[in-house]
Amino acid sequence: MVKVTGAKLITANDLLSGEVVYLTASGAWSRSPDDAEMLHDDSTEAQRLAEVLEADKSVIGPYLAQATRRDDGAIVPSHFREVFRTTGPSNRFIGKQAA
Amino acid sequence: MYSYTAFDKDFLATRVSQFRAQVQRRIDGSLTEDEFRPLRLMNGLYLLLHAYMLRVAIPYGTLSAGQMRALADVADRWDKGYAHFTTRQNVQFHWPKLQDTPDILEALSKVQMHAVQTSGSCIRSVTSDHFAGAALDESEDPRPTAELIRQWSTDHPEFAFLPRKFKVAVIGSKDDRAVTKMHDVGVSLVRDSAGNPGYEISVGGGLGRTPFVGKVVREFLPREDLLLYLEAVLQVYNQIGRRDNKYKARIKITLHEHGIDEIRRRIEENFALQLTRFQGVDQRVITRIEQDFALPAFKQGNVESFVQERGVNPDFRAFTNTNLHPHKNPDYTIITVSLKAHGQTPGDASAAQMRALADIAEKWSHDELRVSHEQNIVLPHVHKGDVVAVYVALQKSGLASANIGLISDLISCPGMDYCDLATARSINVAQGIATRFDALKLEHEIGSIKLKISGCINACAHHHVAHIGILGLEKKGVESYQITLGGDATETAAIGKTIGPGFSADEIIPAIERLIYAYLGLRTDKTETFIMAFRRLGPEPFKNAVYKKEVNSNAA
Repeated sequence: MVKVTGAKLITANDLLSGEVVYLTASGAWSRSPDDAEMLHDDSTEAQRLAEVLEADKSVIGPYLAQATRRDDGAIVPSHFREVFRTTGPSNRFIGKQAA
Repeated sequence: MYSYTAFDKDFLATRVSQFRAQVQRRIDGSLTEDEFRPLRLMNGLYLLLHAYMLRVAIPYGTLSAGQMRALADVADRWDKGYAHFTTRQNVQFHWPKLQDTPDILEALSKVQMHAVQTSGSCIRSVTSDHFAGAALDESEDPRPTAELIRQWSTDHPEFAFLPRKFKVAVIGSKDDRAVTKMHDVGVSLVRDSAGNPGYEISVGGGLGRTPFVGKVVREFLPREDLLLYLEAVLQVYNQIGRRDNKYKARIKITLHEHGIDEIRRRIEENFALQLTRFQGVDQRVITRIEQDFALPAFKQGNVESFVQERGVNPDFRAFTNTNLHPHKNPDYTIITVSLKAHGQTPGDASAAQMRALADIAEKWSHDELRVSHEQNIVLPHVHKGDVVAVYVALQKSGLASANIGLISDLISCPGMDYCDLATARSINVAQGIATRFDALKLEHEIGSIKLKISGCINACAHHHVAHIGILGLEKKGVESYQITLGGDATETAAIGKTIGPGFSADEIIPAIERLIYAYLGLRTDKTETFIMAFRRLGPEPFKNAVYKKEVNSNAA
């Protein structure tokens, strides 16, 4: 795995739709990365992830991913794999980008 | 085609109802994801990057018009209006919702389809020659054998927890169109010198991170001993296949580590034991299966329209030059329908296209279709007098691309556009190559060539056995594409070799273009294909052409 450094968010896939979701500060899941809670230190990250793994049955496979919040408020993941997860496939206008 | 017995129908109905209950228990929280995952995978349900993916089996690539229509219905009703045909002759739906999957599988079970053996460490859905039962050069239809293996392997209790997945391919001709040598077990229908029917068995082929060409363990196995021998192979694998490391768990590694002689000795030892225990019930079963695969009642009729249209219509002539293959019956032909229109996603078909293919097959191909591992659809039995009508119907649905066997008829896995295992995208490169060579109007000049692009080392697109293979990797946080040359997927199977450092997504298509121009300059004449020129000259001149620009730009 790529070592994750800097600010992070928690992402997963929704149990029913399989859609990519992001953990918000309220503990709810959002389809938009812009709603994600940004985590800035190792202990908070570990604690939040452990809570979700333990208690939340509505998503599959939550994990931490590095991201940055731009000046306009949009949150952009660092790795290109995660960027694809925010949009959908690049060969068809389908998935999140078409929602 | 094989028609289900009451046993098959009951089995599927039970499986669907079990899965429905499992999905319900997952949704209501009774099952955790760790508990549910192996259950969903046993029913072909994966979780990819953006959504679930349901992989539906098309055993040995054969399906009827009704089955193709049922797949189109799934695409429309429960997915996003299209499906993706794969290099395992299966079909994938990339957007199903968890709660809908039992209904999808129930709908498919009504037309004798399922998602059994499309995932997990079991004997996977059996593959075969997409021209089986039709090709002129075939000695015998391999599908009854493939169906027998399917029946034997489905839910075989001894082989439900193998060290890893296990893939079997069966062919009945000398020309290997099913990549048989790259399967865990390859079965070829052969005759001995006295004309007795039997099988040649190869073991230990495989792609992925450690590619190996399979080795022949038995040159001639009497027909009636097939299942016993396969059981012996699987028993050896089950006993000594590695379970400590998933990357070393395929039988290719077992064979590599123990050597062919030791593996053969162990197989023969188990086989001898099996022989004393078995009564040969499978011979009654295969006799019934063979009846289901009898040739269709071929029609009589003149083929004048075919000859005339070729004379006056250059587009039709181009189509028939590339997309037809000789049929056993001289008045018939095999049509390969390209799912590679330039710029499209290789292997994708819309629900409307799938319905059009079903209608065409029903009307003009004795109700049969095939899925090829090269991600195309085959109409196996078309009377030459009907080819013009088929061509016109294909044109109406955007399915008349005359590019079979050419550079744009390339294989691509879904890559990072869909797949959670991918390290880079592959579809974009496939689209870029097809579009570029179409714009250059060069692909007919280039001629026969096999280009395959995988988005990770698992090699779903068979890049190792491509004349030109492309492997998408991640390098320093960006997509990087490595070129391999000299692979071969046929009876002369060979694994291509990497020629050097990878290229960025922007650079890979110009690199392929330099490679192809080098070939055009180096070949003796048009009859020397890319792979022939490569074998004559070796990699150096091609390598120089590919990296020349890189050297210059680095110097500048």
